[in-house]
Order: sequence, then C-alpha cells, then structure tokens
Amino acid sequence: MTAAVEITGVSKRFGDVVAVDDIDLRIDDGEFFALLGPSGCGKTTTLRMIAGLDFPTTGSLKIFGHEVGTLPPNKRPVNTVFQNYALFPHMNVLDNVAFGLRMQGTDKATARSAATAAIGLVRLDGMERRRPAQLSGGQQQRVALARALVNEPKVLLLDEPLGALDLKLRQEMQGELKSLQRELGVSFVFVTHDQEEALTMSDRIAVMDEGRLLQIGTPEEIYERPVNRFVADFIGQTNLLEGTVEDGATVCLVNGARVAARSDLTAGTRIALSIRPERATIHHRDHGTGPDAGSAVDGEVVAVTYLGNALVHRVKLDWMEIEVREANDPDRPRFAVGDPVTVAWDPSAAALVADR
Amino acid sequence: MTAVGGVTQPRGATRWLLRANTWLVYGFFYAPIVLLVVFSFSGNRNVGVWGGFTLDWYRDFASDGNVQGALRNSIQIAVASTVVSVVLGTAAALALERFTFRGRQVFDALLYLPIIIPDVTMAVMMLLFFAQAAELLGFSKGFGTITLSHIAFNISFVSVVVRARLAGMDDRLEEAARDLYATRWQAFRHVTLPLIMPGVAGGALLAFTLSLDDVVITQFVTGPGWTTLPVYVFGLIRKGVTPLINAVSVVMLLASMALVALSLATQRVRGGQDAIDARVGPDQGLP
Ligand SMILES: Nc1ncnc2c1ncn2[C@@H]1O[C@H](COP(=O)(O)OP(=O)(O)OP(=O)(O)O)[C@@H](O)[C@H]1O
Ligand SMILES: [Mg+2]
Repeated sequence: MTAAVEITGVSKRFGDVVAVDDIDLRIDDGEFFALLGPSGCGKTTTLRMIAGLDFPTTGSLKIFGHEVGTLPPNKRPVNTVFQNYALFPHMNVLDNVAFGLRMQGTDKATARSAATAAIGLVRLDGMERRRPAQLSGGQQQRVALARALVNEPKVLLLDEPLGALDLKLRQEMQGELKSLQRELGVSFVFVTHDQEEALTMSDRIAVMDEGRLLQIGTPEEIYERPVNRFVADFIGQTNLLEGTVEDGATVCLVNGARVAARSDLTAGTRIALSIRPERATIHHRDHGTGPDAGSAVDGEVVAVTYLGNALVHRVKLDWMEIEVREANDPDRPRFAVGDPVTVAWDPSAAALVADR
Repeated sequence: MTAVGGVTQPRGATRWLLRANTWLVYGFFYAPIVLLVVFSFSGNRNVGVWGGFTLDWYRDFASDGNVQGALRNSIQIAVASTVVSVVLGTAAALALERFTFRGRQVFDALLYLPIIIPDVTMAVMMLLFFAQAAELLGFSKGFGTITLSHIAFNISFVSVVVRARLAGMDDRLEEAARDLYATRWQAFRHVTLPLIMPGVAGGALLAFTLSLDDVVITQFVTGPGWTTLPVYVFGLIRKGVTPLINAVSVVMLLASMALVALSLATQRVRGGQDAIDARVGPDQGLP
C-alpha cells in the first residue's frame, strides 16, 4: 500500500535555525497520526511542509506516491486546520466553508449545498450566516474543520486544533474528532504538545524534540517501551532510576544495588530504568514477605496522597525520591509517613532507556 | 479620586486650563473657515469688508470660464493620478509587507522620500527631469507632466496608508486561502484585497485630496492650458483678491468634506455587513 505521506531525510533550516532535522516518516492511509513534542520542536514546520506552506531545505516528501517537493499548497490534496483557525473574517460561515470548492471551480449552488452539508456534519446548522467574530472559540474550531473537510482532502492536517479550548470542550472535541476520522477514513495528522491527547486519540505517535524524530510507535509502544529518557519523561509520569549495564540481565543502580533488567547493551553503558508509578508496588519492609530483591529498592515513605480511586506514595530512596501509585484497595495495607518500605516491580514492567 | 474608565478626571485650575485650551484649538481650526464662508457671501469687492448678503460670487464661479476650465483640469488630473498611484502604491505596500527581496530596505527608505523632502525641492527635481526628458522624447508640459508629478508623491502616501492596514492583517489568512486551492492571485483578490480595502480607499481619498490641493509642484511643471484650480486661485491673489476666491475655496472645502463623508460611509457599510447578511442573505464576499 502506498503511504498517504512519506517523508524521507527531510530537513528545514531558517537561516541558522534548524527547525526540522533529517526526519523520516511514513503515515498510512486512514491513520490517525499524532506529532507530539514540546514547544518549538518543529511540529508546525513539519505540518507546513506537508501542506506546501514551507518547502524542505533537503529531502523528499511524497503524498500518495507523488513527489510534491516544491508544489504550491493549492496543488496538493491536503487541507489544514490552522492553529488559530485563520477563518476569513469578512465572510460568513457558509462562504468560509464553501471557499475551497469555489476556488476549485465548483459552481456556486453545488458549493453551497456541499458547504451546508459540511456545516451539518460539525453540528453548526443555523449558523451559516454568522461571521467568525460572532462565534465562540469551539464553534470557530468547528467551522475551520468543516472548511477543510468539505474539500474531501486525502490527508487532513490539524495544528493543535484544540489548544485554545477549555478542558471540558477539549475532551468533547477529542471524541468527536476521533469518531469523525473513523467515519471518513481519511488520514489525520494531528499536532499536539499534550501527551494525554496524543495517547487517547492516535493510532500512532511520533515524538519530536529539537527538530529530531525520537520515536514512532503506537501509544502502547511509546508508553511501554520509550527509547530514551526524554520520551519516557515526556509521555506520562515515570520514575527514572539511573544506572549502568552490568551484563545482559543485570543493571547496577547508582547506589550499588543490582536489579534484574534484560538488555543487549554492552556492559558499562549508562542507562536509566523507567518505572511507571502504577507499575510499582509498595510493601512494609519488616513483614518478611518482601519481594524478590532482584527488582526492588528500599526506602522510606515521605508523603501519601489520597486521590479517592488511588493512593500515591512518595518514597525516599538513598539518592532520590520515587512515586508509587496503587489502586485504593481496602484489603491492601496502608502506609504512613516514616514507614520503612520496599518498592518492587515486575522486571518486565521496567523499561531500559538511553540516559540522555 | 474620580476615575472613569481608568482615566483620571482633572480638577480645579487644571480642568479650566484644559477646557480653555480645547476651545482655543477649536478656534484656530474653525474661525478661519467660518470667516471664509461668511465673506464668500459678502457684497463688497474688498475681501474682509462686509457689504451685505449676495450670491454674486457663486454666480461668477459658475459662469467664469477660467474657473470652470481650471476645475475640470484639476479633477482630470486628480482622477488619473489617484487611479495610478493607488495601484502602484498598493503593489509597493504588498511587496514591502509580504516579501523579502534584495534591496528591500533601500526601497523601503526611498519610498518615504517624497513625503519628507520639501515641495519646492520636489518641484525643481520634476522640472529638471521633464526638461531633460522633453529633449530626449520631445513632449510638452501639461496634463502628462502634472499627472506624473502627482503620481510621484501620491504613491508614497498611498503605500503608507495601505501598509498600516496590511501590518494589522494576519498573513495566515492568505496561507489558509492558498491551502484551500486559491492561486496567489485568487488569494489576493478574495481575501487580502477585501481586508485591506478600507486602507486602499483611505489612500485613494488622500491621494485625490493631495492632488486637488497641490500648488507648488503643479506650478513648476504645468504647461499652457493646464492651469489647475489652486494654481488659478493663487494667480488671482496676485492680481488682487476678490471674494470670488472665497467662493471657490468654499466649494473646494465642501468637496473635500463630501469626499471624507463618502469614505466614512463606505466603511460604515462594510462594518454593517453582518446585519445586512442576516437580513438579505449571504451573497457578499464570495466570487
Ligand atoms: N519562519 C521562521 N523563521 C525562523 N525560524 C522559524 C520560522 N518558523 C519556525 N522557526 C523556528 O523553528 C523552530 C520550530 O518551530 P515550529 O513552529 O515548527 O515549532 P512547534 O513545534 O510548532 O512549536 P509550538 O508548539 O510552540 O507551536 C523554532 O525554533 C522556531 O523558532
Ligand atoms: Mg506550532
């Protein structure tokens, strides 16, 4: 199957700034693909190159197998939902949505009825004659979506489309966008710096930092097997225990404790063990039923936070503090500040990440 | 302290001083205008001496062949120079605001030159230029030379006004249009132009007024048969002033006011578009 978007060795420089640094990316047809990374990492620039609003400095960019290199945006079968919507302020909703079809030469009546249908699709019926300035942020967002979708693009690009909305509206729109994407079967390339949003919505995620692509994978792969410290830390919460590889099955932590961790790295490589708070368990040390010392560390409880459905314990180790999150189970023993405890984990739940 | 909308109200002496100043400024502005209008109806040949109410000067104005000819010249030149300078000035504004090119900074600085340099300098420059050009190309002074001179300074004013408007416009709107299959021209035609229209209209109005007003430059480059109205009025003063000048000035004043009112009205119509849309239907904006 040809990829919807295929990016090979693409870089983009603005003078001295390298906004995008030699990335390779393949986005499949019908996929919900998220570009995730902190502010300034090059997400928008990547999206703009796919749209044709910026041209790559080097590299190849194909849309459905066609090299688009320096093709202008009006010749590409993609449409964009802009970061701040960029609705035309001098046109009403109907004319905004019909704009793309009119520019392609569709006659007025056909364009208008298609636009009306698209406005219905985003549930804005009755708003056709309003100006963008007369709409709420959420409604403007829907107009921007309808204005792009009415052209039936082969790829829809969305640049932080939910960034300006409040939390409740945001969650509502996340669900709507996702079901819209499934219904239409079109590839969505979705830019966000919100890791939770990326995890809940995407089929696959690409994590970027400083213009480079760090990892591409399904939400599960990214969460469970982050390739390096940055990804592990950026996606969800995690405890990073630094150490060095001793052999294929053991890691020596900074305090000298040896714990089990499988890897094919050479001995002496500096790594970090990423252990998610919810994957660790906490035990009273004097109970004697302590877990296998091969995947546990000793410490002392310094804080307990009650979350209703869960309990979060902060545990002070000799050299750092870690967090352990447990479901609020009445059968489990409770812990108090000052308790000596052992924190344990299943060796398969600890991800070995490159320490950089 | 009394504060209304964050502005502190002055009290006591300050307040009276400010108030007096306001009236003084109004006085400076409007007293000459009031005098001008009043004396344009004066029946005495000496300007500034009241000689009973008369409409003679306006009758003279309407029947005087010289005045009528000068007025016609002025309007023809103003229309031609406005049309050309609006097109070129808007293009220059777009080039400076939207593109980076070699020599952009120099172009930017040079564009403001006609606004800064004194009229007389500009007039002498134009005269010299046309003298040289006349030798090379063999044309005579008149409509062409005046119009070209007016275009030369009007481009600067138009581009300043249009640029101010462009600078306030989000350039992502053009990108959005391009993303929605508009060519560069279509993006300009359907998105940029409607949004900068108030600036273009304002620039056109300014250019028209400046062209109608100009005396110094026009006087240097004018030729036989191409006396404009202000140049004619200026000539009349040397022969001895009659209230005919007052009448001519009042007519020019009314014309300028009408133009300003017109431009305000057009902008009001654009601003009230939403209300019109809601009632009439969504027919504006789209090709
Ligand atoms: N036109 C430009 N000229 C110069 N530098 C630019 C330009 N556009 C982007 N950059 C730089 O390229 C880098 C990447 O910018 P980009 O807009 O792609 O970031 P982003 O990931 O979208 O960030 P955000 O989440 O804040 O929107 C930044 O360092 C930015 O300053
Ligand atoms: Mg961005």
